Amino acid sequence: MSADKEQYKVHQEPYYEAQGKEVALYEAAYRNRLPVMVKGPTGCGKSRFVEYMAWKLNKPLITVACNEDMTASDLVGRYLLEANGTRWLDGPLTTAARIGAICYLDEIVEARQDTTVVIHPLTDHRRTLPLDKKGELIQAHPDFQLVISYNPGYQSLMKDLKQSTKQRFTAFDFDYLGAGLETTILAKDTGLDEAAAGKLVKIAHTARNLKGHGLDEGISTRLLVYAATLIKDGVDPLDACRMALVRPITDDADIRETLDHAIDATFA
Amino acid sequence: MPRLPDEPPFPQTEEEREAAMTGTEYQHPLMKAYWAQLDTGFKPIADVFEDVMAEALAILTREGLDAYLEAARVIGKLGRGVEPMLAFMEEWPTTARALGESALPEVMALIQRMQKSPNGKAITPFLQTLAPVARKLHSQERMGRYLDIALDLMERTTGSIHGHHTTFPSPGLPDFFDQAPFLLGQLSVAGLRNWVEYGIRNYRTHPERQRDYFSLQSADSRAILQRERHGTLFMDVERKLDLYLRGLWQEAEQLVPYSTAFDELRKPVPYYDKLGMRIPDVYDDAGTISGLDRYRVTLAHMVGHRRWTEAQIADNWSPFQRMAVEFFEDCRIEILLCREYPGLRRIFLALHPKPVEGACDEETTSCLRHRMAMLSRALLDPDHGYGDAVLLDYVRRFHALMAPDESGQRESSTAEIAELALSYVARTRRQSDQLARIHFADTVIDYRDDNRQMWKFIEEGDEEEAFDAKRKIEPGEELKGLPPRHYPEWDYHSQTYRPDWASVYEALHPQGNAADIDRLLLKHGALAKRLKRMLDLLKPQDKVRIRYQEEGSELDLDVALRSLIDFKGGATPDPRINMSHRTNGRDISVMLLLDLSESLNEKAAGSDQTILELSQEAVSLLAWAVEQLGDPFAIAGFHSNTRHDVRYLHIKGYSERWGDDAKARLAAMQAGYSTRMGAAMRHAAHYLEARPADKKLMLILTDGQPSDIDSNDEQLLIEDTRQAVKELDRNGIFTYCISLDPKADEYVSTIFGRQYTVIDNIQRLPEKLPELFMALTK
Ligand SMILES: Nc1ncnc2c1ncn2[C@@H]1O[C@H](COP(=O)(O)OP(=O)(O)O)[C@@H](O)[C@H]1O
Ligand SMILES: [Mg+2]
Repeated sequence: MSADKEQYKVHQEPYYEAQGKEVALYEAAYRNRLPVMVKGPTGCGKSRFVEYMAWKLNKPLITVACNEDMTASDLVGRYLLEANGTRWLDGPLTTAARIGAICYLDEIVEARQDTTVVIHPLTDHRRTLPLDKKGELIQAHPDFQLVISYNPGYQSLMKDLKQSTKQRFTAFDFDYLGAGLETTILAKDTGLDEAAAGKLVKIAHTARNLKGHGLDEGISTRLLVYAATLIKDGVDPLDACRMALVRPITDDADIRETLDHAIDATFA
Repeated sequence: MPRLPDEPPFPQTEEEREAAMTGTEYQHPLMKAYWAQLDTGFKPIADVFEDVMAEALAILTREGLDAYLEAARVIGKLGRGVEPMLAFMEEWPTTARALGESALPEVMALIQRMQKSPNGKAITPFLQTLAPVARKLHSQERMGRYLDIALDLMERTTGSIHGHHTTFPSPGLPDFFDQAPFLLGQLSVAGLRNWVEYGIRNYRTHPERQRDYFSLQSADSRAILQRERHGTLFMDVERKLDLYLRGLWQEAEQLVPYSTAFDELRKPVPYYDKLGMRIPDVYDDAGTISGLDRYRVTLAHMVGHRRWTEAQIADNWSPFQRMAVEFFEDCRIEILLCREYPGLRRIFLALHPKPVEGACDEETTSCLRHRMAMLSRALLDPDHGYGDAVLLDYVRRFHALMAPDESGQRESSTAEIAELALSYVARTRRQSDQLARIHFADTVIDYRDDNRQMWKFIEEGDEEEAFDAKRKIEPGEELKGLPPRHYPEWDYHSQTYRPDWASVYEALHPQGNAADIDRLLLKHGALAKRLKRMLDLLKPQDKVRIRYQEEGSELDLDVALRSLIDFKGGATPDPRINMSHRTNGRDISVMLLLDLSESLNEKAAGSDQTILELSQEAVSLLAWAVEQLGDPFAIAGFHSNTRHDVRYLHIKGYSERWGDDAKARLAAMQAGYSTRMGAAMRHAAHYLEARPADKKLMLILTDGQPSDIDSNDEQLLIEDTRQAVKELDRNGIFTYCISLDPKADEYVSTIFGRQYTVIDNIQRLPEKLPELFMALTK
């Protein structure tokens, strides 16, 4: 992996509406190189926030989408076989530590716990990363920072973070935005008019009211962006909502019918 | 109901009741007295007496128990053998639970009618299906209709064959009773009446064919059933309506159905009161509008009143004036509803009549209703097309009151709109309004409720709510044994802990009969089988691959390849290139904490079981499931009676197996007192903290919010419990709440964040609880 910082920079300002004081607080955390954890339901703006902060701080950002099959080597790096021998390839975490990037481990609970422990030495005062295979100990670049995100709403004991991991981070607790702000975001992000955006948000709230009554999670901001994008492209709002808001989140016939009705009643 | 002279005392305490149950040969004076009250020599009754009494004692009030025994005695003396008495004794307690004890006189009246006619043989089938019928009917009003239908069938099919005078019993009546539970699962009460009517009309004089019809053997019988099975039955869409209220309107009202089409003159109209929203048990499609949508707008209309209507004092206004105010106010809230969901307008307009201008003759008829309905149409429908100048003027004035001003959209108010309504009545008054002949055509707007909540009457005193006498565990002596443990409580006002505030006494839960729990498990055999399949799916997933083994069951290709690369590259290869599997990677300790407060004694909505009983079933299944998985787990219950007396009852310990001891304790579970949840959670946590497990899960099963009688500030114990959740989280315990309170949304997320589920349909708790556990730990 090339250690070219520039390619990891966020060049264009990502559109981000602050929910509260999180921008200033993040800056403070970064000034002191404290690790940050961003909690919140799927699609509520966690990744967008991190991207925005990377842009604002003008630091490279390396994002890793975590998954169950990921091993420590996928983060740290491994030897590859080449025609004339082997070559070491840094993993994304190592690259970030070398070049001084913000390393963002998205949905960290998806990774197995024995994988996540490799980040521990990077989160305390040592700020080191041992590459056991290679016999190298990396001292993290002064600009390096670790950020993780996770969704506490998964409601599975098995997908909760280890207490020993949690205790290493400062944290932001995100939730879906208030109706007004969410509408603004939809309109600005997709160019949809405010009135239609407001209706989409209303439908999202209908679903969020049903959380715990057959829905594990409501309709996310991200899905709203999808719906708005489809409508903007000329798709009938009723179809766009069914396709982007309802079908993805439930297979429960009663809930589906209720949400479909909400769509009809809202977009009359 | 006549009382026997030596009226037996009702057992006052739980101990007495228990003692009443356990005496053999009715040694116990109470049991003896009950038995004497029955005054029977039937052996089969003696055989089941204890069992049915156990149920009756748990369900009926003192008066209800008296009435029950007396009715049983009477039925036993009808001279029809033991069958009817046996059926009654077994069915009545459940029936009373579904409908209320006050349904008994009506039931007895029908029995007497059958007894006095040649239809005594139908008494047994009538009684045998009484409980399932009651469960389907759901309300006493509908039970009354059912009894009327049966009586009608009996009277019109009895003894009319060949003109003989009341000598032959009704051939179809016993079959009808046999089929009634099935029929009521398919039909509204009105539909049932029509189905019966057809049978009577066509087969009154054909005993054989009548029996075929009422036993659902004949083709036309089934065809008529299909025909009457039209419309949307409430019971089929109940959940959808719950979701609708919750999702679109954030309401969690109880829905109570009533039967339609029995009052020929005054059709029943939807309404709401403290007990819930009353709606018809069936809606036919109306033109393009489906029955489901009719339900929805009916509910939406009531929601509108609840949100925006302020009750007005009715005493000073004439009936005409009140009617006008209601029409105006109904329109106001519908406009506000349409602002929320514009799509409602289409449905409102499709259901709203469109009175024809000039259709009412003002010389001969009172046209007030007609005028009001026209106005109502015009207020909602921009394309009404009416020409009346006064009407147009008022439509304009109405919309001016509702029109948006600088401050945004205006809602106006009930009082303001009432003023406009009064002025409209004054402007349009006619002499003929007083005429007895009223123009009704196209003036009934049937999705609107009867507006009883819109009025306050000063003259009548507020009626006291009659509460059912509640059963209570008598405050017994303090639990003996261990000294109390003291826990702090969080005071959110000062943001500090009150040290040693709550005293927790712990004890082993008393034991009952373990076989009861085995019976519950047996009852849910089919469910257990299904759960077993899910459990099996859960198990293989905890097969953990252990990599990096020199000796192992399989070659780990990934690692082997990497070793090869290392080797080729000149580095020392890792010899640990095999892997093996280990099962049972689960390392979870579970604590199930049960809220045993008084409210558990209430029966679950739409069920004939109490919440306590359903919890018992659910916990049995869960315990069985967890045992299958091999996770160590404990069960404890709690209730409280002020901060000085929080009781923590061990039902199953970690070191115990899920065996007879634990089952016996679960079987004896009872409810009483209040819910000081925080203290109980802290105490349970100190056990869970001592476990070596990697993951610790505390499940809390509750039906209400934390509260106690010495705490007036509702928020206090809610905040304390929330604090307890935080403490537990810091100590590595994952708490999860399973709430059975339909209104839990108001507080449960404050306490548990996202870690909760509200179970709306408590009847499904037995399957939900184990499923939830599996989902949480997979
Ligand atoms: N505060 C915000 N400002 C701007 N856009 C946002 C904001 N919150 C959410 N969004 C929109 O929602 C989408 C999903 O957010 P994302 O950050 O991907 O969610 P998460 O990482 O929490 O799953 C983004 O692509 C963006 O369009
Ligand atoms: Mg009304």
